[in-house]
Amino acid sequence: MALSREQIAMRVARELQDGFYVNLGIGIPTLVANYVPEGMEVMLQSENGLLGMGAFPTEAELDADMINAGKQTVTAIPGASIFSSAESFAMIRGGHVDLTVLGAFEVDVQGNIASWMIPGKLIKGMGGAMDLVAGADNIIVTMTHASKHGESKLLDSCTLPLTGAGCIKKVLTDLAWLEIEDGAFILRERAPGVSVEEIVAKTAGKLIVPDHVPEMTF
Amino acid sequence: MAGFDKVVNTYEEALAGLESGMTVIAGGFGLCGIPENLIARIKQMGVKDLTIVSNNCGVDGFGLGVLLEDRQIRKMISSYVGENALFEKQLLAGELEVELTPQGTLAEKMRAGGAGIPAFFTATGFGTPVAEGKEVREFNGRSYIMEESVTGDFAIVKGWKADRYGNVMYRHTAQNFNPMAATAGKITVVEVEEIVEPGELEPSQIHTPGIYVQRVIKGTFEKRIEQRTLRQA
Repeated sequence: MALSREQIAMRVARELQDGFYVNLGIGIPTLVANYVPEGMEVMLQSENGLLGMGAFPTEAELDADMINAGKQTVTAIPGASIFSSAESFAMIRGGHVDLTVLGAFEVDVQGNIASWMIPGKLIKGMGGAMDLVAGADNIIVTMTHASKHGESKLLDSCTLPLTGAGCIKKVLTDLAWLEIEDGAFILRERAPGVSVEEIVAKTAGKLIVPDHVPEMTF
Repeated sequence: MAGFDKVVNTYEEALAGLESGMTVIAGGFGLCGIPENLIARIKQMGVKDLTIVSNNCGVDGFGLGVLLEDRQIRKMISSYVGENALFEKQLLAGELEVELTPQGTLAEKMRAGGAGIPAFFTATGFGTPVAEGKEVREFNGRSYIMEESVTGDFAIVKGWKADRYGNVMYRHTAQNFNPMAATAGKITVVEVEEIVEPGELEPSQIHTPGIYVQRVIKGTFEKRIEQRTLRQA
């Protein structure tokens, strides 16, 4: 079975470490916050200028001046800090964020990522995505392995305009956990009940399959 | 106005001198921390062919979105403009130009502009469409693109409290782009919720020192919420 959205978030959460500063993108990455292991402290960075993002507010706490990068109303945890956009991107571009999790349309064996623009469709903008992928060393891309029509999104070379070049090393799809090294995807783990053959069939880019590919457990 | 007193009492005075064809830098992220009354005044003035530098372009009917209604904006320099049907329509019709800029680069363009730095190098956007036509240089084995800074004829800023000398504090995440915008205007106009006397704000807590600010005005704010997300108490 392909991983559910929640399982993708749970698997990403296993990469968290105590004391990490983490930036979570919009969509599935946001769910990772629900699976921080018991007893572990992580601090969420929101690129509009909040380090230490908390839960959504109650009706009583609601404040138009407290939002996250998705423009949702949020709260701040004790120990949070709030700052300008320039300060926020100094953290991001200066490599101070320990883990960045974001979605993508395509990734390729060179570590390129395309996530912001589909030519011919309306272009809304890249927001902070280009800064995040250029500035972070530790990035996990979460995405579906193939399109609804079965076309692979893990390619030898991205076909869409890039968000960043040569910056992605870890990809979690609904089918597999992969790393990118020396111009190839390396299959590290597979989703429960998903065969290596299925992953091979749905990976267009060069794929190295180690002798043993463990199945994820949840 | 006398000495360092920057306070003006009407929005007419606040934006006096703003003309068609000028560049305006605006603070705000989404609808949070936007100078909503200054934007409304720009609409009322009817000036056209503006270049607006702002992370977003408001929504239909609120924030910078209202300046699209009478086609007052010629060019937007923004990182994300997806919240706005009229924007899309004018863009597709070729009536509006947009220069999409990574969010961190946009913040740095304003910061550098205000600090007298004409350009800077960043890894952000290297190898992407953003890099087209830009100088590339290698530092320590990594490639960087050159980005030019921005300044505005006017900067419009939303603060929380200011004193009469134009020292400004922002509230929560309504800070966002406002402090950089404030430094990058030839004429910087700050609208705030409360004006206090010099000495009432703790000097070390001031976000924008008054040296950057030419005019301060007290406004009342709707503070519209874009995504009202709640949890159960």
